Amino acid sequence: MENEKGTSETRLMKGNEALAEASFRAGMQAYFGYPITPQSEVLEYLAAQAPNHPDVVILQAESELAAINMVHGAAGAGARAMISSSSPGISLMQECLSYMTSAQLPALIVNVQRGGPGLGTIQPSQGDYFQAVKGGGHGDYHLIVLAPASVQEMVDFVFDAFRLSEKYRNPAMILADGALGQMMEKVILPAAGSLPKMDAPWATTGKRHIRERNIITSLFIQPEQMEKLNLILQAKYSQMQKEVRWEEIRTEDAAIVLVAFGLTSRICEKTVDLAREKGLKVGLLRPITLYPFPTNAIAKLAKSAQAFLTVEMNAGQMVEDVRLAVDGKRPVDFYGRMGGMIPSPEEVLVRVESIAEKLHAVPA
Amino acid sequence: MEPVANIGGMELVYKKPHTLTEIPTHYCPGCAHGVVHKILMEVVDEMGIQEETIGVAPVGCSVFAYNYMNIDMQEAAHGRASAVATGIKRVLPNKYVFSYQGDGDLAAIGTGETIHTVNRGENIMILFINNGIYGMTGGQMAPTSLLGMKTTTSPFGREASTMGNPLKITELIAQLPGAYFVTRHAVYNTAAVRKLKKAIEVSFKYQKLNKGTCFIEVVSNCPNGWKMTPVESNQWLEKNMLPFYPLGDIKVPKS
Ligand SMILES: Cc1ncc(C[n+]2csc(CCOP(=O)(O)OP(=O)(O)O)c2C)c(N)n1
Repeated sequence: MENEKGTSETRLMKGNEALAEASFRAGMQAYFGYPITPQSEVLEYLAAQAPNHPDVVILQAESELAAINMVHGAAGAGARAMISSSSPGISLMQECLSYMTSAQLPALIVNVQRGGPGLGTIQPSQGDYFQAVKGGGHGDYHLIVLAPASVQEMVDFVFDAFRLSEKYRNPAMILADGALGQMMEKVILPAAGSLPKMDAPWATTGKRHIRERNIITSLFIQPEQMEKLNLILQAKYSQMQKEVRWEEIRTEDAAIVLVAFGLTSRICEKTVDLAREKGLKVGLLRPITLYPFPTNAIAKLAKSAQAFLTVEMNAGQMVEDVRLAVDGKRPVDFYGRMGGMIPSPEEVLVRVESIAEKLHAVPA
Repeated sequence: MEPVANIGGMELVYKKPHTLTEIPTHYCPGCAHGVVHKILMEVVDEMGIQEETIGVAPVGCSVFAYNYMNIDMQEAAHGRASAVATGIKRVLPNKYVFSYQGDGDLAAIGTGETIHTVNRGENIMILFINNGIYGMTGGQMAPTSLLGMKTTTSPFGREASTMGNPLKITELIAQLPGAYFVTRHAVYNTAAVRKLKKAIEVSFKYQKLNKGTCFIEVVSNCPNGWKMTPVESNQWLEKNMLPFYPLGDIKVPKS
């Protein structure tokens, strides 16, 4: 059964390993990485499986800095390239990610977040939300950001992220966390070969006499040219808005809407059940893409719901985007744990109940 | 050189390499970059490998190398050219890949990438232009600036106790098992240019053997950064740079 190409299969797998297996099946041609907990299993899995995939480049670089620049080279040469790391390693990559968006290179970046700031902790966190969705490096740019909430989505989003990054020629990030990377769940692994090969006529594969030379660069020294490039990028980001994805659970009649992504959305799903058992009309909106952000979906709910509660494993980052979407029409509260602590459904419920009390709007 | 054309009774005895573009370079008069670009493209022409060669430009004065070389190229972040070249070569192992880097790029901010690229024995050519100064940013001290050398950030001369010693990275590189061919050249006179051209040519040929990295240092001038005329800068190079950075092969393949 193992590695049988052309068929999908069901397995019990760790998030990191499932993601690594998915990358093979999604036609990844080059992976560059550097060990860091809690995502080292990605490189370990790829290295162990390498003999079954002789055409795939798998390289442990001397640093995340070198690794992401190798991704730049491989992607620029037209390969479907990928890198994975955790928070401190992702920080090291930011300069190159800025270069890659400017040079319009597609690639998959995986951040299995851990608690920070600093060396922090190896426990799960969502502390890199700002870095992931607001650019992260210098200049005006965005990554496409997908936030999985299950091991299955660690698999599925590898395909989605490659597809989107190649469609828009922009790096895409899977923003996971240590818990998703480490936990084991049943997954359906899609058959290999379902994602068509990247068409990259712009790539540096050797200048054929039939075409002009291809140049991959982010240098546009004349301000007029640089502004033009910026306008191209901004137009692309407008186009990308249509790729927005989110999920709503019991929001139709919800007076209080929880907003949470990734692992916290699963915790909040449980909170919704607990609240509903107590007769509280609570729902959940889970952004699946963090960039583009489901601004309109939240704005729409601001018409029916009376209050929002954003729950994150950080000091309050996505809540700023929720507030922008709600635009002052409803109160937006925040509940978060930091430094690798995971909130329980019950502690979220306590906050929900206090909001409900203040509202006096939820029938007992 | 064979006469290549006959124009109105006159023999054309010299022409620009086909693979060098028509774009005038932005280099200062007397700068070595232009000469190195030209002979690099001459070799590409003579070997007929324009379609199979991919270059990586650095951040430094030669950041626009891709404007002048009519081949596919990528522009790397400051110091990362050899990592970018690694990424290209790994996915296109049958192509000729080179990085072109200054001393600040290769021996300061990119030292880690340089050493590990060679240590893995990536089958690429690294062309290292050592002008002992940061040309692009206006003449600051480089890792290779000589002791006593006055730059904008060592205005009283480089002093070992506080600024460190000039780094002989090429000798260091030669220690690595991944290095296949390590050699030091210059372009301050025609004999030197010819020797460098030969070294570039054999390095491209070695790439097909998959035996490791070819590393070529070119000890260069920087008339502007050194605040000299082109002639003075070449004299200064011969008198001061070459005794510290002696020309010649440092590691040659065992036959
Ligand atoms: C991360 C980063 N740091 C600093 C710079 C500024 N910078 C541009 S070129 C350069 C030095 C280049 O010197 P060298 O590599 O010796 O090449 P040269 O210009 O002398 O040819 C520096 C420091 C930059 N572009 N990026």
